Amino acid sequence: MQISMTINGTDITEEIEPRVLLVHFIRDQLRLTGTHWGCDTSNCGTCVVLMDGRPVKSCTVLAAMADGHSITTVEGLATGATLDPVQQGFMEEHGLQCGFCTPGMMLTARALLDHNPHPDDGEIREAISGQMCRCTGYATIVRSVQWAAAHPAGQDRMDEMEENAGEEVTA
Amino acid sequence: MTIIEERAANPAAGDENRPIGYGRIQRKEDPRFVRGKGHYVDDIVLPGMLHGAILRSPVAHARLVSIDTSAALAHPGVVAVITGQDLLGLKLAWAPTLSADVQAVLATDKVRFQGQEVAFVIAEDRYAARDALELIEVDYDVLPPVIDVRTALDPGAPVIRDDLEGRTDNHIFDWEAGNSAETDAVFASADVVVSQEVVYPRVHPAPMETCGAVADFEPIEGALTLYETSQAPHAHRTLFAIVSGIPEHKIRIVSPDIGGGFGNKVGIYPGYILAVVGSIVTGRPVKWMEDRSENLMSTSFARDYIMQGEIAATKDGKILAVRSTVLADHGAFNATAQPTKYPAGFFHIFTGSYDLQAAHCKVTGVYTNKAPGGVAYACSFRVTEAVYLVERLVDMLAHKLEMDPAKLRLMNLIKPEQFPYKNKTGWEYDSGNYEQALRKSMEMAGYDDLRREQQEKRARGELMGIGISFFTETVGAGPRKHMDIVGLGMADGAELRIHPTGKAVVRISVQSQGQGHETTFAQIVAEEIGIPPEDIDVVHGDTDQTPFGLGTYGSRSTPVSGAAVALVARKVREKAKFIAAAMLEARPEDLEWEKGRWFVKGDPSVGKTMAEIAMGAHGTVTLPEGIDGNLDAEVTYDPPNLTFPFGAYICVVDVDPGTGHVTVRRFIAVDDCGTRINPMIIEGQVHGGLTDGVGMALMQFIEFDKEGNNLGGTFMDYLIPTALEVPDWETGFTVTPSPHHPIGAKGIGESATVGSPPAIVNAVVDALAPFGITHMDMPCTPARVWEAMQGRPRPPI
Ligand code: FES
Ligand code: FES
Repeated sequence: MQISMTINGTDITEEIEPRVLLVHFIRDQLRLTGTHWGCDTSNCGTCVVLMDGRPVKSCTVLAAMADGHSITTVEGLATGATLDPVQQGFMEEHGLQCGFCTPGMMLTARALLDHNPHPDDGEIREAISGQMCRCTGYATIVRSVQWAAAHPAGQDRMDEMEENAGEEVTA
Repeated sequence: MTIIEERAANPAAGDENRPIGYGRIQRKEDPRFVRGKGHYVDDIVLPGMLHGAILRSPVAHARLVSIDTSAALAHPGVVAVITGQDLLGLKLAWAPTLSADVQAVLATDKVRFQGQEVAFVIAEDRYAARDALELIEVDYDVLPPVIDVRTALDPGAPVIRDDLEGRTDNHIFDWEAGNSAETDAVFASADVVVSQEVVYPRVHPAPMETCGAVADFEPIEGALTLYETSQAPHAHRTLFAIVSGIPEHKIRIVSPDIGGGFGNKVGIYPGYILAVVGSIVTGRPVKWMEDRSENLMSTSFARDYIMQGEIAATKDGKILAVRSTVLADHGAFNATAQPTKYPAGFFHIFTGSYDLQAAHCKVTGVYTNKAPGGVAYACSFRVTEAVYLVERLVDMLAHKLEMDPAKLRLMNLIKPEQFPYKNKTGWEYDSGNYEQALRKSMEMAGYDDLRREQQEKRARGELMGIGISFFTETVGAGPRKHMDIVGLGMADGAELRIHPTGKAVVRISVQSQGQGHETTFAQIVAEEIGIPPEDIDVVHGDTDQTPFGLGTYGSRSTPVSGAAVALVARKVREKAKFIAAAMLEARPEDLEWEKGRWFVKGDPSVGKTMAEIAMGAHGTVTLPEGIDGNLDAEVTYDPPNLTFPFGAYICVVDVDPGTGHVTVRRFIAVDDCGTRINPMIIEGQVHGGLTDGVGMALMQFIEFDKEGNNLGGTFMDYLIPTALEVPDWETGFTVTPSPHHPIGAKGIGESATVGSPPAIVNAVVDALAPFGITHMDMPCTPARVWEAMQGRPRPPI
């Protein structure tokens, strides 16, 4: 079947097998591998993307169900060379170690801050409670989101950061 | 609300106060991860790549009667189906384990645990491969399983490993440490003895990324490239060479970004081997990624120790001796990963942090019809079990003597002047200041106030508990003369090159699964030679690009490879002196070092920076005799001893009297890992381990029913702490550098996983004291706590 959606701001139309999960569509067909996969039971949240601005577990959504919707993956968080404050917050406050849960955590954080720019720690914990991290123990993730809340406009140091990354942002 | 501290944003930002060397800097690896540009195994797509899926046994113990793969083979998209019989022909049906046993790659005669590998389907895409699994017909002749480990050695118990010549029972090994006669004598004359069976149930590391591989065999060259979720790429390469017969120089193992390891990615799993076989058979690259249930049911579990523990003391609370007998469930194949001479890992550090007169332990390992593994999950080779046992026993002793558990520990801790301290089971603790760490944690916790609060609450019928644990770890394995894994000595290599413009690359043998090696190791080089960390690339995880070494586990990266990196940098610094002397027309002995520069003693204005020296080395300067034209060096570091990080943890819990639900309200962790390289990374490692502790103490448990069905095979059943189950951690530190390590560092990766479970369980038991409870086993789930409150505490297995 054919589906159309907006992915990170770009309209796409693709041919898919009807049973394909959104996570596999994003990873295997669109080759946006920043969205991860970590369980069979919709528990881990490493697959979280934003659908029309709200976090969804893309392992629990058929690609067909995303037809006509707007999807944001981690590759769409930065604007060109400018990181989203959430991305910078995670680097500032050591909100990641292995980086596997990180894309999902950051997208949930972005959605939270869009609806609630000044969450308290409990609200942040609640927001990410459907997602697991085995490395960080969560406190630094909470701090990272607070950093982003305290620096909503992003930072001036993006040029250096981009240099440091040594990678093109393709989304 | 969390207070956000303002600090320099980025190592590249050129902040004046940014440390060159040790200190808090942002991680060099983060920019790719926050952009979703990490490079994990499942992200790899090679031209023509096929997908593999494994058919697994639904039963724990059965004879394999027949397998019919014809319908699967006929399924659209399926390229090949491999069974154990096919592997027999290739002599690959069985593979050696890390414990000198063998493990079935695909079952040939019997299946021996639920989830065991039975057939491998290779197809054009992952959906087709999964579909075809359903079409394979297997006829099993079900046998009675051995599930209750306590019955594994009963006469008449079903013999699990009848594949091994002459095997008539399920016994694997007996292993002892310490002196049993001496220990018994001390126990016989002691005023007080406390005995308890303490169970450390089976858990699983469950990193967020499961295990997987992409194998790419190139038939003309006979060369194999294997992308793998491996914590130990070099050791894996050697083992693959031995197993497959592919010469070692034709094998390249690449362990790219790894989504957490915690010990889960030390072993070599059948899936990795099957991907390789699949690539050889089909002539195309083959990817195999396990799903979460496969991960929880078939790859390395951890713990599963039933420990009979005893502690002896005088009536005033002087601890005299400990002894223990342990029944260790190793599952169906003995595939634990630990140094060869230590079948129970380093369990014999169960003497803990106390000055004892005697100790003895005996560990018996047995087979059961459960998944193999055993040493995994940030356990520092069974130090987890050891620390949990002794810290439970000390708490029980305090209870019996009606002494405060902190006071009892303070009385018995090894004193600073006793180091190096030789314990009664053969360890030499390198350094420590235990009392200082415990007092610091008590101060941070406000210990006396907490006890007062507890009394008030008890009077009101509220259940509050305070738990302490003091742990000593033994990590950084290890000295080659007595530590190897399947014959490979546990030393690590490092290579450092300074390019002509003064930028550097350091190649290390250990591999990161999130520990931040690209940052920490750059900082070690930076500290030694004064080049900023952002100018130093750290290369790891690729056997073609890095020197040999045994990998990342047992908290060994900083103790072993960190030492190698410091020494290789010192070698370069020393060489730089001779080159600088030639450039300055001075004598080498007249030069003095300051970070990043050699200068003439007494005339600091005359000197050469590392960048200038590097250009000199590669340029036209006339070099002294014996100095070749580069600024490179390599070393292999053989540690003289292990390192002994330690810490004092205090946990405060509230237990709901109505439901038995435990809330960890506060957790105070004071760690001493010796010299601290990047405090931010250290804190992160501690936080992660504490969360593991909450998981193990309160939630995580791989349980089996009596048929051997794994009841913890999904994240709906195997409960992992989320942000709601853990508090905002309170961390502190002391610094007691290791005297034998080049930079005094001791390792931190596993301290908190080792140290936190006893603190939490001690707190739960303390909260339940009004019910007369002196011990309960993990996991302290609401149901189990509630049962304990009704006077029916029961072991989990
Ligand atoms: S992959 Fe685990 S919730 Fe989606
Ligand atoms: S950073 Fe590794 S799982 Fe969260």
